[in-house]
Amino acid sequence: MALNNVSFQISPGEFVSIVGHSGAGKTTLIKMILAEERPTEGQVFFQSVDIHSLRPSAMNHIRQRIGAVFQDFRLLPDKNTYENIAFAMEASGRTDEEIYADVPHILDLVGLSHKIQSFPKELSGGERQRVAIARAIVNQPDVILADEPTGNLDPLNTNEIVQILKKINDLGTTVLLATHNKGVIDNLGKRVITMEEGRIVRDDPTGRYVL
Amino acid sequence: MLWLSFKRIIRGGFINFTRNAFVSLSAILIMTITLFTIGSVVFIMAGLNTSLAEIRNKVDISVYFMPAASEDDIMSVKKSLEALPSVGEVVYLSKDEALEAFKARHEGDESTLQALDELGENPLGAVLNIQAKDPSHYETIATFLKEDSVLSNESSSLIDRINYFDNKIAIDRLSKIIDAAARLGFGFSMLLVIVSVIIAFNTIRLAIFISREEISVMRLVGASNKYVRGPFVISGVIYGLLSGLITLAVFYPITRVIGLSTASFFSGLNFFTYYTSHFGEFFLLIVGSGIVVGAISSYLAVRRYLKV
Repeated sequence: MALNNVSFQISPGEFVSIVGHSGAGKTTLIKMILAEERPTEGQVFFQSVDIHSLRPSAMNHIRQRIGAVFQDFRLLPDKNTYENIAFAMEASGRTDEEIYADVPHILDLVGLSHKIQSFPKELSGGERQRVAIARAIVNQPDVILADEPTGNLDPLNTNEIVQILKKINDLGTTVLLATHNKGVIDNLGKRVITMEEGRIVRDDPTGRYVL
Repeated sequence: MLWLSFKRIIRGGFINFTRNAFVSLSAILIMTITLFTIGSVVFIMAGLNTSLAEIRNKVDISVYFMPAASEDDIMSVKKSLEALPSVGEVVYLSKDEALEAFKARHEGDESTLQALDELGENPLGAVLNIQAKDPSHYETIATFLKEDSVLSNESSSLIDRINYFDNKIAIDRLSKIIDAAARLGFGFSMLLVIVSVIIAFNTIRLAIFISREEISVMRLVGASNKYVRGPFVISGVIYGLLSGLITLAVFYPITRVIGLSTASFFSGLNFFTYYTSHFGEFFLLIVGSGIVVGAISSYLAVRRYLKV
């Protein structure tokens, strides 16, 4: 069993880190919040909506309000940087004018204006993750879910990604970060939920990485 | 909003198509083979049907009248025969024409011609050649001729003999063979078409299997099912359209080259003239099947990865 009796609440605007060893259930938890996987029992509420009660075809409306960042980036390989970000905007029905205006702006924010025409395979790991973050935040979502976003990155890139997430949080977006990177957590000084074997074993308002 | 997504879906389909050029190329190759099979089946069915119709036309019943039968009597028989729904055509051959035909048939046979000359008068009766609409109808026609009162004018019978009863076994067998050939040809063609459509379907499924990760990512960034599926269906339509056009183009030189030999093989059906005179139907069938197969295969193939 990946998760067992997990229950917690996150308020708007919080920055919450979920820590734990590999296999502790962090990724499964994130997947359930994104409705990529279903719990055998229990509910996940986004505001007042139980997302697992929605039909799969209606899930996209919730997902347009949640930005997701993954350890393996998950960019669309056949689309370039601009198109990858534009896709998320197109999917939520934004006009072409909005897309022309917002994509360069958001790329500027993650420092990738010069890679606007590059395809994912032409980008480094850190660059790809910044494109993924740009895609996640371009629709100004209520929540950012980041599952090990720095797992494949070197310390320098890791720090940059965390700074971006922090900046987004400062602007009012709720951030949920799953990681096993001790340095990242200790520098943040924000709420930390610690998981072990599918259970929550600690929930500190200004935690450090303790295992 | 609707127009905007439609426009984006079309553009997405074209981008899909061009950026996955290799996948698109193999899908088009396989679909071209499928459509070529469908087209060939149409040609072969047309050839077979022409040949069978030709063989059917060669079967007829001849009614030989007594030399004494008057032309009026024969004409009234002809009229009553033509009134039958199962009769296709009745050709009248007068006494003199029958003699001409007989002489022509025995052109090299001196002794027969000599015997005929010695006879002085024309010993042959007039003939009615009857063609039924279907070989299975000869039985009823023959029975009609045998029983109908119109033939027993006053005292004696007008009819010398009806060759149906001589040929009955041959005609029965032939009509069975024709039916079986038509059915077998149709069944075999359908099998060929179904198999090739399944192959095309699986090729497109494979092409979309390659993109299954992308499909789930699109769902996770908030795209609706329709928005994810649309571009794949458009790519499928493009595969079908291009394969259809290629197939039509390929048929042109092929039928042109084999046209004359098919004309002698299939009782005068020249594939090239058949192709050019039925081009509209071929266009609709080939391009239409391509588009339908491409679109439906893509639609079904994407569906299984949309569950995220």
